[in-house]
Amino acid sequence: MTARIGVVTFPGSLDDKDALRAVRIAGAEPVSLWHRDTSLHQVDAIVLPGGFSYGDYLRCGAIARFSPVMQTILEQARAGMPVLGICNGFQVLCESHLLPGALTRNDHMHFVCRDQKLRVENADTAWTVDYSAGQEITVPLKNGEGGYVADERTLDELEAEGRVVFRYLDGNPNGSRRDIAGITNAAGNVVGLMPHPEHAVESLTGPTTEGLGFFTSAITTLKKMVHA
Amino acid sequence: MSSDIHSSAPRTPAPPQTPAPPQASRLDTTEHAAATPDTELPWAELGLKEDEYARVREILGRRPTGAELAMYSVMWSEHCSYKSSKAHLRQFGEKAPHSDALLVGIGENAGVVDIGQGYAVTFKVESHNHPSYVEPYQGAATGVGGIVRDIIAMGARPVAVVDPLRFGAPEHPDTRRVVSGVVAGIGGYGNCLGLPNIGGEVVFDSCYQGNPLVNAGAIGVMRHEDIHLAKAAGTGNKVILYGARTGGDGIGGASILASETFEDSSGKPAKRPAVQVGDPFQEKLLIECTLEAFAERLVVGIQDLGAAGLSCATSELASNGSGGMRVELDDVPLRDSTLSPEEILMSESQERMCAVVEPSKVERFLAICEKWDVTATVVGEVTDGDRLEIYWHGEKIVDVDPRTVAHEGPVYQRPYARPSWQDALQADDAGKLPRPVDGKELREQVLRLVASPNQADKSWITSQYDHLVQGNTVLAQREDAGMIRVDEETNLGVALATDGNGRYAKLDPYTGAQLALSEAYRNVAATGAEPLAITDCLNFGSPEDPDVMWQFVEAIRGLADGCRQLGTPVTGGNVSLYNQTGETAVHPTPVVGVLGVIDDVTRRTPIAFAQEGQLLYLLGDTREELGGSAWSQVVHDHLGGMPPAVDLERERLLGEILVSASRDGMIDAAHDLSDGGLVQAVVESCLKGGKGARLVVPDGIDPFVLLFSESQGRAVVAVPRSEEVRFNDMCGARGLPVTRIGVVDGEEVELQGQFSIPLSELRTAHRETIPALFG
Repeated sequence: MTARIGVVTFPGSLDDKDALRAVRIAGAEPVSLWHRDTSLHQVDAIVLPGGFSYGDYLRCGAIARFSPVMQTILEQARAGMPVLGICNGFQVLCESHLLPGALTRNDHMHFVCRDQKLRVENADTAWTVDYSAGQEITVPLKNGEGGYVADERTLDELEAEGRVVFRYLDGNPNGSRRDIAGITNAAGNVVGLMPHPEHAVESLTGPTTEGLGFFTSAITTLKKMVHA
Repeated sequence: MSSDIHSSAPRTPAPPQTPAPPQASRLDTTEHAAATPDTELPWAELGLKEDEYARVREILGRRPTGAELAMYSVMWSEHCSYKSSKAHLRQFGEKAPHSDALLVGIGENAGVVDIGQGYAVTFKVESHNHPSYVEPYQGAATGVGGIVRDIIAMGARPVAVVDPLRFGAPEHPDTRRVVSGVVAGIGGYGNCLGLPNIGGEVVFDSCYQGNPLVNAGAIGVMRHEDIHLAKAAGTGNKVILYGARTGGDGIGGASILASETFEDSSGKPAKRPAVQVGDPFQEKLLIECTLEAFAERLVVGIQDLGAAGLSCATSELASNGSGGMRVELDDVPLRDSTLSPEEILMSESQERMCAVVEPSKVERFLAICEKWDVTATVVGEVTDGDRLEIYWHGEKIVDVDPRTVAHEGPVYQRPYARPSWQDALQADDAGKLPRPVDGKELREQVLRLVASPNQADKSWITSQYDHLVQGNTVLAQREDAGMIRVDEETNLGVALATDGNGRYAKLDPYTGAQLALSEAYRNVAATGAEPLAITDCLNFGSPEDPDVMWQFVEAIRGLADGCRQLGTPVTGGNVSLYNQTGETAVHPTPVVGVLGVIDDVTRRTPIAFAQEGQLLYLLGDTREELGGSAWSQVVHDHLGGMPPAVDLERERLLGEILVSASRDGMIDAAHDLSDGGLVQAVVESCLKGGKGARLVVPDGIDPFVLLFSESQGRAVVAVPRSEEVRFNDMCGARGLPVTRIGVVDGEEVELQGQFSIPLSELRTAHRETIPALFG
């Protein structure tokens, strides 16, 4: 059975097609989901893509959180469905309180688009099982509000529970606390990160193909879930 | 990035130039106008000349209403009517080379080119110079928005944007304001729109101090059958205005801002500029809903609302169509309910489009707009007459022949003459400038060159743009041209490069325009794509100055002749005049965009020297050509002499070689030689690939000339040793001079017997300049 992975399009989503392509290249069936859908069309996992949902004129992701599709996704995520939030998707996950903390304006106040080296700190989440802990990967990063912040206690908790999934290497691009690039929930099924793995799935267009592992990881995870 | 455009936007001041109805209590209807022939109207304040106003009266057979005057004044402005340039722009059509690739030519929103496999590409570059000086963020942002709407109005999905930019002197205190605002505006709008920014230029020169050039280009892709044109055909068809609501922003922008200088030398108060405010989110929705309507074949004709807003859209749609048009202005959704009908007609509120739709399809069209949360309203219909009639509160306030508004504006034969200073400028030969006397001095000047603001790495700027979104970017900034994959199955793609060198054009505008064409052509070919067609953005000073007009006429002649010789038709373009502060015009700056097609993007040629041991070849002839060169600017702050000689046949041959070498896998890297000469290209390619180069000076050439000359028709390529014989044979057989100049090797750039510079030192010099100035 081919895994069905849904990618949500909010008005203002920009990297939705890219995420659908990455899902396809990884070998899963890509399914386009619309923000007004309440049904998830039998998908097995969800990607919230990058972009500027609803223009992001309020806080990034603050409006998307209230969209019809997110209500169903919240239920499913709490029930264990793998959910990946990339960039704006990460912001939506934080606004939805599926993940702790928030993303704030880059400390240097500029949008930044560049290749970014990351260390995979946790290779046990639904979206990282195909990596190994400590592995270094390079994928693009592009954001204006990517500075990850949380209170010290939350940060300590994330560290202690191994919920920091990715850390920036060779320079923190946005002032994120403790160089955090991505985190997971306690169950490990919900992962959010600012960098863009979907832009590193083809050697023709990406700096590497090291982002593909996110999507193959989800497929691996879903297979395990079926067999469990 | 979430930019709170709504709250931070300056409130546009109520424009003093808006024509009030002659009697405040009374609506200025056509009937009223006919009855009150002697009422004075503010035609001069709106930018019309006395004879132009007389002509409006003659056309109408009465005085215009306030609303009609508003329409004529904006549509007959330089910006909309091309009245000073039209007579000369005809050459692009008259001298056009035969090309089977051209599907839609000059005159539409953008030209359309056949790239094979059933795909068509539309591309265009436009200026947003004046607004970007007044309000850099919004000026640049709405420049991107406007060019993108031109692309969707042709039926195409926008796939990439580029931004050729020119600013004042880097160290001038005001330059930072303009650079920061423009770059943030382009990024803020383009990034939020989801279009990869794949190229452009950044040039600094004090001539642009009070008048930056902010040009914006875009590429769109469609299937042949999806080409849409701006015309309103079919009596009874509905005219639908959709997108943003109409507000008070940008009123009079077209007539006042784009067509006059800011300061009046006679000491009269400056006209208050009106810059539009952009909302990229609204534009993103507009793109998606327009493309969905196209896909369902719901649209008969379409026009974007840019300069001159509704005045332009309705008159152009009606003028291009078969019938007339009736518009109910009361039905236009407003952001500001106090707007007068004249203001509604003149408003340049962004993110609006106008579609002509058959009555039976209106419901579906509106449903698609609703799906995307886009406001859409039927505001009129196509009539069987030949008049454009606009009603307000049930009374007729406009009754005109739309052709007289849109297409039959004034045409001027502006006087022009070769400037008296031109000979002296050309006689001031750069060859006489003192040159480096030894390797040590050469080394020092190389470092100065690559660290100079114009030659320095621009990543600080381009990293603020998203070049990756849509996932089809094959090549972007720092490469010779941007390249986009069009078809994922077949790997068909397109490349676009924009170039222009105002210094060359100042020395000789005819040659300068051809040099811009040559460079863009060469850049496209260097990536392995075949140059197919061009667009242009002609930035000049005041056409009322005979010196400037001569520059303009010469540049057009040069470009049209060049295109004929290269076989690349001009598909369309943009003219921006009055680029000057006070009496001083900017350098004549024709920017040329060349579009290329590549049948397999996987064979693209990057600039990076990445493989040690590969052989470096210099293609073409190097002569002593220093006029207008980067070296003469950086080392001597000099501009004089003649620009490098143009040889278009050589450019074509070089292009063929570069494309063949890419196709047959003979080269792994190529970099065109342009400003900064060989050494600039080698340093860029070395830094990009992270590898050094050992160069030798070929017999019979001076090391200084080898490094810094800007002779045209040249490129440097990296050839794998296994391909050396084959590559040499090919060049020999086709008659292209080829000189082995070194090898990719080590951690330094070394010119044998002269100097060597570690890559780390070059990297620091090249990369730290721009952040130090603007970071």
